[in-house]
Amino acid sequence: MEDAGVRGQHPGMARTVGRVLQSSLGLKFVMALSGAGLVGFVVGHLVGNLLVFKGSNGDAINAYAQGLKDLGAGLWVMRGGVLACAVAHVAAAGLLTRRSRAARPQGYAIDKAIAATYAARTMRVSGVLVLLYVIYHLVHFTFGGADPAAFHQMLPDGRHDVYNMVVVGFQHPLVAGVYLVAQVLLGVHLSHGIQSAFQSLGLVTEPYRRLTQWGGRALAAVLVVGFVAIPLAVQLGVLLPIQR
Amino acid sequence: MNLTLKVWRQKNAHATGALQSIAAPDVSPDMSFLEMLDVVNERLIGQGEEPIAFDHDCREGICGACSLVIDGVPHGPERGTTTCQLHMRHYQDGAVVTVEPFRAAAFPVLRDLVVDRGAFDRIQAAGGFVSVRTGGAPDANALPIAKSAADLAMDAASCIGCGACVAACKNAAAMLFVGAKVSQFAHLPQGQPERDRRVLQMVAQMDREGFGACTNLYECEAVCPKEIAVRVIAELNRDYRGALLRNED
Ligand code: HEM
Ligand code: FES
Repeated sequence: MEDAGVRGQHPGMARTVGRVLQSSLGLKFVMALSGAGLVGFVVGHLVGNLLVFKGSNGDAINAYAQGLKDLGAGLWVMRGGVLACAVAHVAAAGLLTRRSRAARPQGYAIDKAIAATYAARTMRVSGVLVLLYVIYHLVHFTFGGADPAAFHQMLPDGRHDVYNMVVVGFQHPLVAGVYLVAQVLLGVHLSHGIQSAFQSLGLVTEPYRRLTQWGGRALAAVLVVGFVAIPLAVQLGVLLPIQR
Repeated sequence: MNLTLKVWRQKNAHATGALQSIAAPDVSPDMSFLEMLDVVNERLIGQGEEPIAFDHDCREGICGACSLVIDGVPHGPERGTTTCQLHMRHYQDGAVVTVEPFRAAAFPVLRDLVVDRGAFDRIQAAGGFVSVRTGGAPDANALPIAKSAADLAMDAASCIGCGACVAACKNAAAMLFVGAKVSQFAHLPQGQPERDRRVLQMVAQMDREGFGACTNLYECEAVCPKEIAVRVIAELNRDYRGALLRNED
């Protein structure tokens, strides 16, 4: 890897990028940073979604949705950022998983875990399930493919009625159930993932490492409760569709 | 007491192995696990059979030669203990004990329970040292080092390089070992001049040897006979990140 090039010249960015993409530690940096980006998105998304509870006619969340649309190119920049994080995260997970599988071609007759948490041992499974859910979720509420009747809720002025779309969508017990399960899976993923990102980036050592562990679990729990509240409120009749 | 062992038997690096049931009668609770294997081997030799091959040297928990995954745990059930220091009093009469070699592509099995841990030596040779141009030995106290820094360095330096961390890791990652070897110098002034180069080269060699990628499961810390903490992994990540960004080496 010693490719310092012309004498006296700084080796340049290319070498750093190469090291990031080729080393196991560099790919973990990619996972951790893209994961942090996704966590940032998820937090923002939750804050926006909780606006369904504000006011009595769904105005708050509809105004929020309109506000996002009005960002125009800005919205696409944000979407591009989230998509880039998602692609980088899944790609790095795939590459690292392949390496780790190859690193243990033969397993143990007795396979024991004495310290690893359930969440930590199931990151790949929870990750893949969250990915499948995200695809379903986009088809459902962004492209309108899964449930056209719920998707085509309109306001009198012809704008998209996001409030009614969500509430009508979540009135199907099966749909609500899928969302509930998916949020719990995301919570499990993040209960390990957040502290894992701090460790992978080498941001904290003792005694603060414990803090990232409990802080990460607490944030994951808050996210689960927040997201789960919406389908649950619809199923319990707290949120009802509004006749326009 | 009488035990039944289920031991991995494999003729050589290329043969396919399998678990074999072997009786271990008349085991004294005062024996170490390796002494128990010695007694079993004497019986096997007396019966004209091949003795079980296993690694050992100091038998006092300081050299890192002994290994073995005992009932799924490297160095067996006692925390902070090497296999050579594990005593049979922790077992009950009639127990069935499964003994397997450390498993990793980077640690190929040579015979029975013996694996080749040369990959660790090559990682060390890639950068796990401080270069010294010899001359007059410096006075021991000429270079002041804070107690807290010395303690962190000494804790990391207690790694005996046995490889249990790799054996325990679901990813067969070597982060605890490499972290310890990086951390033991990172806290000391002598380690600074080669700090970036050390971490870059050791990580490159670690990847080349085919170890897996850490997912922060922390199994390594739990089985380490020297109880090295996973903070050395955070330090390894931090130093690698710094070296990448400085991009000087
Ligand atoms: C909203 C979606 C997601 C968020 C917010 C998220 C967040 C995170 C974070 C913060 C980490 C810790 C990074 C590290 O290990 O240093 C992580 C790890 C991981 N993620 Fe995700 N992730 C998401 C989706 C996914 C998906 C779709 C997959 C896979 C298809 C996935 C697979 C993994 C794996 C395998 C790890 C590494 C496990 C470990 O290092 O312990 N994640 N995730
Ligand atoms: S034989 Fe030396 S540490 Fe066990």
